[in-house]
Amino acid sequence: MKPQGRTFETMSWPQRFLVLAVLAWFCLLILGPAAALLRRALAPGLGAFVDALTQPDALESLLLTGKITLIVTICNTIFGIAMALVLVRQRFWGHRLMDAMLDMPFAVSPIIAGLMLVILYGPRSSLGGWLDSIGIPIVYHLPGMILAGLFVTLPLVVRSIVPILEEVGSDQEEVASTLGAGPWVTFCRVTFPTIRWGIAYGAAMVVARCLGEFGALLVVSGNVIGRTQTATLYVHEQVESFEPYGAFAMSTVLAGVSFVLLIGLELLQNHIRRRQFADDKNEISIAGPIKPTRRH
Amino acid sequence: MRFPSPGLSNPPGGIDNKTNRKKPIGGLMDIVVRNLSKRFGSFQAVDNVSFAIPGGQLVALLGPSGSGKSTILRAIAGLETPDSGTIELVGEEATNLPTKDRGVGFVFQHYALFRHMTVRQNIAFGLEIQKVPKGEIKSRVDELLGLVQMSNFADRYPIQLSGGQRQRVALARALAPKPRVLLLDEPFGALDARVRDELRVWLRRLHDESHVTSLFVTHDQQEAFEVCDQVVVLNKGRVEQMGPPQELYEKPASAFVTEFLGQVNILKAETVMGMDIDDERPLPVPLPGTPGGAIYVRPHDLEVSVIRDNRPGWPATIRRLTPLGWLARLELTLPDGTAVHVQITHSACQEMGLVQGQDVYVRPRDIKIFEEPGIASPTADYVI
Repeated sequence: MKPQGRTFETMSWPQRFLVLAVLAWFCLLILGPAAALLRRALAPGLGAFVDALTQPDALESLLLTGKITLIVTICNTIFGIAMALVLVRQRFWGHRLMDAMLDMPFAVSPIIAGLMLVILYGPRSSLGGWLDSIGIPIVYHLPGMILAGLFVTLPLVVRSIVPILEEVGSDQEEVASTLGAGPWVTFCRVTFPTIRWGIAYGAAMVVARCLGEFGALLVVSGNVIGRTQTATLYVHEQVESFEPYGAFAMSTVLAGVSFVLLIGLELLQNHIRRRQFADDKNEISIAGPIKPTRRH
Repeated sequence: MRFPSPGLSNPPGGIDNKTNRKKPIGGLMDIVVRNLSKRFGSFQAVDNVSFAIPGGQLVALLGPSGSGKSTILRAIAGLETPDSGTIELVGEEATNLPTKDRGVGFVFQHYALFRHMTVRQNIAFGLEIQKVPKGEIKSRVDELLGLVQMSNFADRYPIQLSGGQRQRVALARALAPKPRVLLLDEPFGALDARVRDELRVWLRRLHDESHVTSLFVTHDQQEAFEVCDQVVVLNKGRVEQMGPPQELYEKPASAFVTEFLGQVNILKAETVMGMDIDDERPLPVPLPGTPGGAIYVRPHDLEVSVIRDNRPGWPATIRRLTPLGWLARLELTLPDGTAVHVQITHSACQEMGLVQGQDVYVRPRDIKIFEEPGIASPTADYVI
């Protein structure tokens, strides 16, 4: 029962102008560059595109990006859920500070994030040196790159769940406990289903961010070809080495995955809305008018 | 400890499945609260509260907002940890029992239905937690759907229901695992007036059939009086008085209860003193000894007459006359300017031919005198 948008024919001139201006802005910033990349990547034909991606270095870098993305997404989804629950439901000393500091990875440049990790875990630091000596090298190795990925994506899942938890409140969880459910059952059967789309959204953002992360990885990885070179670092290297076609192909893959991810999420959300929230007018008329309920 | 296994309604005088104990109506105390206190920061929400609710009764916790009624209810459910005091449920010490083991049904003001579950799934939740066999769950849910008149809506999601329907589902969900006591926290507070009236009557009927001991939080005096066997009046975290509704109305124990339960005129002692014109037959007003005391008269406990007719009475002037259907509301002023509200039938008003600006005599049939001030100070003339 949302107010229907106007069609272009029924708009006033200023409204038409606004629509056109927004469309132009969108094309200029998003559609144009994306189309340009796609055109250049596919210009030499599909065979050349596949060849460029199956170069050993390219494959190696894609695999590494995949590994980092998988591990970071799993870790930050689990910890993101835990942090969101703690932030919304618990009150403790330092609560507000933690809430404020949580957004630091958004505010700080990824390069600085990488630098912080190098200072703490680098081979010349005491902690890094010790870890190195017992056979767990961090910086310039996979663990450091995972840490960098964890750092830059930390707030994403938390921030996509917190508003849902705040909006829903704790009534449903309290009801579950009066009905005999323990904390774990309550989480699995009440809390998790409530926030699952927030989690999915946050996790998808983590994936997208991991695929595209460059700055922090550049500092932490040392960019060793075939060993610590991720897909974005590969793109960077190809551009620098005046072999841009490999960069075009790889960029198209990375952008494509992110795009598919976004579309998939959009479709999922629509699906769930249709199932849980009545759009169907017939159903509403049988059930009586829907009254918006508000918490005070 | 488990809830009693779900079956059909628990018949009064029947055998409690778990304890094999006879459960007569109004016999044993099902909820016993002793010296309960709870403080939130510097705010004393509950202050040494004790009361006992007999089995099978529907009892209201009535009080203004901030009187601690919801906190007491939540403490009984184990959703709030009291600072001190004990709670007993059906003869069992429950103060330190986790909520999930208390066997209470809880109904929230804002329904708190599980939004990702259908009506049927919502009602079945408590039974599934108890690992009741599937077939039994189905028959019990069907029975409850019938009881709350929601059989046609079993596969709807909460968002597709109206407020009244949602609250009925919430009630069915709370009743499904056969709770030992039912706790309702302002259950009709979020509904509009017409639905609220319907649900009140319906809740009372439901209770008369199921006899589950119920505690009902409300700030609405009429709601408490209409639905409940007994009312506990709370003020500032303390129990002011407990008893059947009519008893509270007729014999209020404090100025607060008098003022909270219905309209009342509050007259300063000085206003009434020395106003008896007829010294030989003074008004039967035993005046309070202390100057802070006040006289409480309900608007319908005042008689109005045009002539003195040799009876004692206070002279007054009609400032305003408002006919309200079969009732008429008079706003009088006494000689010192104090406003007094009177309710009489409209026919009596017409018989006497009362008009605005007329001088009349007014005399109380029933008064209450309290030394301690209630909600309003005695200087306030009138409180609704």
